[in-house]
Formats: sequence, structure tokens, C-alpha cells
Amino acid sequence: MLDIKGIYKTFNPGSVNEKHALNGVDLHLNEGDFVTVIGGNGAGKSTFLNAIAGVWPVDKGRIFIDGKDVTSLPEYKRAKYLGRVFQDPMTGTAANMQIEENLALAARRGSSRGLRWEVTKKEREEYRALLTSLDLGLEDRLTAKVGLLSGGQRQALTLVMATLVKPKLLLLDEHTAALDPKTAAKVLEITDKVIKENNLTAIMVTHNMNDAIKHGNRLIMMNDGKIIFDVSGEEKKNLTVEDLLRKFSENSGEAFADDRAILG
Amino acid sequence: MPDITTFLNGLPGYAAQGVIWGIMALGLYISYRLLDFADLTVDGSFATGAAVTVMLILAGWPAWAAMLVALAAGMAAGFITGILHTALGIAPILAGILTQIALYSINLHILGNKPNQAISVDKYDLMLSLRNVNTAIFVALGFAAALILLFYWFFGTELGSAVRATGCNQSMAKAQGININTMKVFALAISNGIVALSGGLLAQYQGFADAQMGRGAIVIGLASIIIGEVLAEAIFRKGMNFSICLASAVFGGVIYYVVMGVVLWLKLPTNDMKLFTAIIVAAFLAVPYLRGKSKHSFAALKHRKGEEEHA
Repeated sequence: MLDIKGIYKTFNPGSVNEKHALNGVDLHLNEGDFVTVIGGNGAGKSTFLNAIAGVWPVDKGRIFIDGKDVTSLPEYKRAKYLGRVFQDPMTGTAANMQIEENLALAARRGSSRGLRWEVTKKEREEYRALLTSLDLGLEDRLTAKVGLLSGGQRQALTLVMATLVKPKLLLLDEHTAALDPKTAAKVLEITDKVIKENNLTAIMVTHNMNDAIKHGNRLIMMNDGKIIFDVSGEEKKNLTVEDLLRKFSENSGEAFADDRAILG
Repeated sequence: MPDITTFLNGLPGYAAQGVIWGIMALGLYISYRLLDFADLTVDGSFATGAAVTVMLILAGWPAWAAMLVALAAGMAAGFITGILHTALGIAPILAGILTQIALYSINLHILGNKPNQAISVDKYDLMLSLRNVNTAIFVALGFAAALILLFYWFFGTELGSAVRATGCNQSMAKAQGININTMKVFALAISNGIVALSGGLLAQYQGFADAQMGRGAIVIGLASIIIGEVLAEAIFRKGMNFSICLASAVFGGVIYYVVMGVVLWLKLPTNDMKLFTAIIVAAFLAVPYLRGKSKHSFAALKHRKGEEEHA
């Protein structure tokens, strides 16, 4: 489903702020894979997702989604294949627009937009049913502005929007990091549910090692712009946080320096 | 105290001009409110619309055809600003200023290298004229109503929603597969097309086009939008739908001109008109902010603390 071949990205090349953010990342995902990505600050996790999403072009390497080479496609064209949820709850939704308008925009991801009416009666009923099934209390607020929702509600809505048109790949960039623990757990629960029900292929970046172990069927650890550890199946299920910390120092030659990831 | 009847006699004239400028505010609404783009092109494209309309009518074109060309000319101006911003990476305000200043020369060329051109309602078949103010008000209101209906429809469609999403949250728009650069260029084009249309109406109304007539247009347009919003919010509270927002911008234009009428009636020096304009606009811009602040501010907390202690 996803094939990444040796991608590199350097920010601010040739300046004092030069940062080799991705140093040759290779990854192959099968259909239905749900991968969690962990790593310290500056390891390149978010950069990796942004490279896939096409926020900027990579310096070297190719990216294939479902067999198609998307390396040279700009962000808005790649959106056809991708569902995305961001770290900041404000990023994924349009605050001044209604809940149903946001959903309708997402329902047209990947198709051309013409002069047809944006929110049809039939769509409205579909959205109502969909939101009811998620138990967020949003089904009766379809015409409310998204800006009135809480961070957790906005993330859940973004998740629904990202999967309204089934994406080839779902990219979750620390999408619960800005939420309180209880809300984060709820959003993760919805994430699991949506991925399972739609049999989605997904990549979830997280700071929380427990979440990384608990969710998905595969786990990769990044450091210094490279994948340093890749585990799946039974082995992944039986991992502990201690295992991950040991793996990290084995593979990187340094101690894991991110209290938030360990404690979280 | 000057005679009130002079002011009252002038009222229909102020209303007609107000509605025409209100149409200009509708165009500005697209860039300023929906796209969140402070577009200074309008000072130029307003005069372009006026110049094109007058010159074509002088050349024997029917007024409606001249207005269509004015619309297209305004759209071309907006298109240029959009390209300067999206393809060449120039900041919004600067992109607008560059087109505006370029248009000043272009407008002089359109006017046959003269600063202004007169057009007499006696010789030509104009859509509206200050010679017949009541008809002019109806014609202008007809244009405004048609545009409001058109906007209401268009910004409810898939394409119109994509424009609004671009103005609201660019990251979200891109993630939903919207080409934000195309949307910006497109929206700036239709915005300036409508501004040019209002320029064409004003030129016919006053009987001439002037290369300078767009100067300060953005301030008058913003004033109309803001004045309309403040008043409509006071009347409708939260129950404002999109068509009321648009209609309030037109109404705001009328209020603006009535206030200007009062200033003239009080025989305040006309050299100070721009100063009064700036003060009026600043006051209306400040009202929503200060009102919000009076509810949620540190100063308000201080008062509340006092009350709690007394209680």
C-alpha cells in the first residue's frame, strides 16, 4: 500500500540552522497495516509524515502510494489518497464553517468541485447517522460552527473527515498530544474503531510509548531521521516500555531523552 | 445651525451613492471577509470599471455591454494580484498595491490620456443618473439584490465552499484536496470584477469617470462592511445568515453616506473629509473589539473582585 524508498530531507541547507531531518528512510506497508511511530524530539517523526503528505518536496528518494509514484505531486493532489489528522486540533477543521460544511468539504476530497449544492439533504442525514454512531453529541449540532467545539470534539471530527472518503493511507500526527488524558483516550478509542471498521492502512506518530505498544500491529522507532527499530506481530504485542528503552539505547547508542514519552 | 431641509433634500442622493458603494463593499466582502485577504487592488479596479464603462458608452456601446467589459477588466486586475501573490510569492497587501499603482497608469490610458471624461445623460442612454435619483436608487438596489442572491447561491456550492475553506484554514483546505492558489486567484478575480461593476455604476450616476475616483475606495468599502456588521449584529444578534451579512454591507454603505451627508450639512471643511472618514471607520472597527473586551478583560475582573468583596 505504501512504499518509501530512501527519502532524504534537509532543512535550511548550507546555513547554521542546517538540519538533516530525514536520512534515508525506507518503509513498506501492507494493506491494513496500522503502524505506530515513536522517537524523541527531533527524531523526524512528523517530518516523515509531512514528507508522505507532500507538505514540501523531498530531496531524494521516491514515495509510492498503492503502486503510484506520488513523489512529484503537490500536497493538494496527494490529498486524494490521504486522510490526515494533525497535532493541533485547530489545523484539521475550518472554524468559521459549520460541522456539516466541514464534513461536506471532506466528502469531496479527491473529486472535482463544481456548482452543485454543497450540503444536500441526503448528505445531512448520512452525517447525522455517522456522528450518532460515534457518540460525541454532535449529531444535533450539524449547523454549529466548528470553532465552538472543544479540542477533543474537533479532533474526533477531523478523524471522521479524514476517513469519510476511504483513504489509501491515514496519517495521524500526534493527534492526541494536545488533549487531556481522558479525551485523548476517547479519541484513540474512536481511532481504533474507525481504522478497524474501514480496514484502513494507518501511520500514527505518538509520544506515548504505552499507546504505541497498545495500538496497531506494527511499531517503528525513529532516531536522527532514520528508522532504527521495526517490530510487528506477536513480538510487538509482547513489548514493554522497558524493552523499547533498551532497544533505543542499543540502536542509537544513547539514552532515551524524553521524559514525556516515558511517563506519558 | 444650518437648515435641516438642505440635508433632507440631499438624503436620496446619499442613499443612491451609498447603495452603489455598498455594491463595491459586496465585492470587497469576498476578499476581505471570505478569503481573509486585504486586497488594495480595489482602489484601482474601481476606477478601471468606471473608465471602461464611460469610454465604451462614449464609443457607442450600450450601457449593459460596457458594464460587462468593465466586469471583465476588473476580473483581469484581480487575476493579476492573485498571480503576483500565489505564483510570485508577493505578500497580499503589496501585491494589491502593485496592481493598484499599475492600474493608475492604465486607467489614464483607458481615459484617452486624460484625467477624466464626462458623459452626459442627455446624449447617452445610461442605466442611472443623479438627474433622476429615485430611479437611480432602484437600479442600484436591483444590482445589489441580484448580487446578493448570486453570492448566496455560489458560496453555498462546492466551489464556493472551497473558496471559503481556503480563507478560513489553508492547511485544512489543502488536506481536503483544494488547490488554494487557484481558489485565491479566482476569488480575487470575481471580487475585483464586482468592484469594477460598482465603479461603472458610479461613473454613470455622477456623469463622469475620473482616474482618481478609486482613491480610498477600500476604506469606504471596509467602512460599509464594518458599519453594516455592527448594526446588523445589534438588530439580529446571533441570528444572522449569510444573506443578511451581505445585505448589511450594502446598508452599511448607505449609513456611511448619510453620515457623510451630515458632515457636509454641518459645513465642516471638505478638506477634512478623509480625516472624518478615517475617524468613522476607526470608531466602527473599535466598537466590536471594545464591546468584547468590556465583557472579558482584566479591568472587568477588577470591578467584579470589588463586587465579590462587598457581597
